[in-house]
Amino acid sequence: MATITLTDLKKLREDNKESENIHIIIGMGTCGIAAGANKTFDAFLDEIKVNNLKNITVKPTGCMGLCYVEPTITVKTSGQPDIIYGNVNCETACKIINEHIVEGKLVEGHIFENPAADIVNTENYDSDYKQFRIVLRNCGVIDPENIEEYIARDGYIGLEKALFELSSDDILNEVKKSGLRGRGGAGFPTGFKWEFTKQIESDQKYIICNADEGDPGAYMDRATLEGDPHSVIEAMMIAGKCVGADKGVIYIRAEYPLAIERLEIAMAQSKRLGLLGKNILGTDFSFDLEIRLGAGAFVCGEETALLASVEGNRGMPIPKPPFPAVKGLFGKPTVINNVETFANIPVIITKGGSWFAKIGTEKSKGTKVFALTGKIKNSGLVEVPMGTTLHEIVFGIGGGIPNGKAFKAVQTGGPSGGVLTEAFLDTPIDFDSLVAVGSMMGSGGMIVMDEDDCMVDIAKFYLEFCVEESCGKCAPCRIGTKKIYELLDKISQGKGELSDLQKIKDMGAAMQKASLCGLGQTAPNPVLSVIKAFEEEVLEHINDKKCRAGKCKDLVTYTIDQENCIGCTVCARKCPVNCIEGAIKVAHKIDQSLCIKCGACFEVCKFDAVIVS
Amino acid sequence: MQTTEEYKITDALASFVEKWREKPGNLIMILHKAQSEYGFIPRKIAIELGRILDVPLAKIYGVITFYNFFKLEKPGKHNIQVCTGTACYLKGGIDIIEELEILLGTGVNTVTDDGLFSIESVRCIGCCGLAPVLLIDGEIFGKLSKDDLPKIIADIRDR
Ligand SMILES: Cc1cc2nc3c(=O)[nH]c(=O)nc-3n(C[C@H](O)[C@H](O)[C@H](O)COP(=O)(O)O)c2cc1C
Ligand code: SF4
Ligand code: SF4
Ligand code: SF4
Ligand code: FES
Ligand code: FES
Repeated sequence: MATITLTDLKKLREDNKESENIHIIIGMGTCGIAAGANKTFDAFLDEIKVNNLKNITVKPTGCMGLCYVEPTITVKTSGQPDIIYGNVNCETACKIINEHIVEGKLVEGHIFENPAADIVNTENYDSDYKQFRIVLRNCGVIDPENIEEYIARDGYIGLEKALFELSSDDILNEVKKSGLRGRGGAGFPTGFKWEFTKQIESDQKYIICNADEGDPGAYMDRATLEGDPHSVIEAMMIAGKCVGADKGVIYIRAEYPLAIERLEIAMAQSKRLGLLGKNILGTDFSFDLEIRLGAGAFVCGEETALLASVEGNRGMPIPKPPFPAVKGLFGKPTVINNVETFANIPVIITKGGSWFAKIGTEKSKGTKVFALTGKIKNSGLVEVPMGTTLHEIVFGIGGGIPNGKAFKAVQTGGPSGGVLTEAFLDTPIDFDSLVAVGSMMGSGGMIVMDEDDCMVDIAKFYLEFCVEESCGKCAPCRIGTKKIYELLDKISQGKGELSDLQKIKDMGAAMQKASLCGLGQTAPNPVLSVIKAFEEEVLEHINDKKCRAGKCKDLVTYTIDQENCIGCTVCARKCPVNCIEGAIKVAHKIDQSLCIKCGACFEVCKFDAVIVS
Repeated sequence: MQTTEEYKITDALASFVEKWREKPGNLIMILHKAQSEYGFIPRKIAIELGRILDVPLAKIYGVITFYNFFKLEKPGKHNIQVCTGTACYLKGGIDIIEELEILLGTGVNTVTDDGLFSIESVRCIGCCGLAPVLLIDGEIFGKLSKDDLPKIIADIRDR
């Protein structure tokens, strides 16, 4: 197909607006598929065929955010509110066809609330919704492999404006006016970043999208790319037009095959239409885009390490300045932004910077997407206006803690962040408030912990991660992470001393000051915040040799209560090291010298005879 | 385990190399392609690539060893990747690994004697909502409990 003109694009947009058909939209992100969405999809097709129904479109979409009840689907009927169903296996799919579609009756027990109003094609947003979706506006709505659907929902209007209505200064002004700050973790104002690159004269400039998403336990960027790849592509071109760059690179982690595939499809489609490539929409603006894969190194999310990796080298950070905005990829000025940052851009340009600036708090504008996981009922992706409280996310949207357990802490900022206790749940979420209470926004991982989680163990987990991921270039980080890890390990074995805590604090402070890159500078944060917020629990490990959650194996012993044990032999058969002795109907005994404290006996005993202490 | 198999540059790899030859910073992309062809990066292939691309072998190994994703040892026919990212860790990812070790009689990063399975611990595959999860042959299994594992293994064995 020949490249299209502006008129063609506008026509394409009108032609693809809502049709009269009933739409059954199935969430088919990585996790939807893992939960069986493919089978659900086929079940719908089969049942529609069996019933000989016409005018029903079944199509895939990205993450709807209700990850805890996957597979999820939406039934769209024109003139009626959308209905979202969760836990839709093949059986439920048949029911939905036979009851909802054929008889017009809702299928009870599977209906879930619509999380947010649609900001596209709507003037007034209902404030009753708990969430507000800008970044995720198309996730769960469009088929991400169909460019026409993106275009029909105001897609590429931002690019149109950037090419035909706005000067590069105008674009910059809109972004500045919006108050958008980087969503990759640091919260640097995006407009200022672009301005640095824009101001510099250079024969070549680059736009890079950071899709390395290394925080384990976070998947906002994956979901965005899988659900709405064009929004990022469009944004990168707008950035290119603004700063004068004609080349872009998306650096994405290789662990996300579906996101990579959908990006490739999206890029091919925009190229085919002439929305990407040479002389876009007949203008003199050209933009070339390429995907580069990460290879499982957390540090490559750091921008200078990322650049080294794109250049084909070991991903080791270098000192800043010079900043990549000035001296970046192959030494040329480079704008590096996170996926979520970019996904906001088309909306900012389409609706205007001042529209965006109305959402959020004074210093943190817009929304933030969180991956809410861990010990939480409604685990999933949530997008809320900045300023929403942690309490609202954890207990309102998240539904609280499952299995009647008590809330213990919520962790934000991943390996660079901190834990927050109940006392801080009223903190409004924005960049500055979270730092003020000892954590940070981070990229959007939000992990909830309950009474069964040991905070020393959590701190150890994050430190171990940093030990593995430290690139080893500078001593404070290479040695510091290891030493702190060893001290925590010692504490978890009940061999800790009071002076160890001071050592950790001192080393942590040194790492924060002297490490070369953000990884080392922030690696002590989780442990320091645990020591501060859960001092009593840490001291218990040291003074009383006790782990109240029962997670630190060296501090627990398993014994068998001789009264309660009926001698059923189940535990003895289950013990992986055969250290439980006893005959049928005779009380059993554990040989403590051999026990590896796996807890298997505790799990299988039906008579509460195995005691953990 | 030292492999005695002979590895040759496949056609797919050769044409990929041609496509990327002139692009700066191509090494990592080419190594990705190589690993997808062989399941790991055989020494012979690393040497060949060095020759074709005119890159010192030391640089190639420098890159391979820096990145966790690249493997120097041949994994099992079915490599079981168990997530130990934060969400999966909290929900018992380690228990899943330990149970697999018992079921398969092999440890993390080693291959079973029949060459069928290997176990690997990975950091987050982005399905944290379904934690704990594991990945075998591109298929993700979520909301796992230890009791699900024997069936998963048996099904894969029968493939
Ligand atoms: C160790 C480390 C890991 C990082 N990982 C990521 C990441 O996975 N994704 C990301 O967008 N930014 C990451 N960052 C932040 C980036 O360096 C950079 O600030 C960001 O991509 C800039 O984009 P933004 O302004 O849009 O946030 C990381 C930083 C550090 C120090
Ligand atoms: S702080 Fe750590 S990750 Fe960063 S450069 Fe130093 S050693 Fe490498
Ligand atoms: S499972 Fe319980 S009751 Fe049965 S032998 Fe073991 S300790 Fe005794
Ligand atoms: S904790 Fe594990 S090793 Fe120890 S006795 Fe029980 S089953 Fe055996
Ligand atoms: S519904 Fe699958 S990632 Fe959320
Ligand atoms: S932590 Fe396991 S999939 Fe993310």
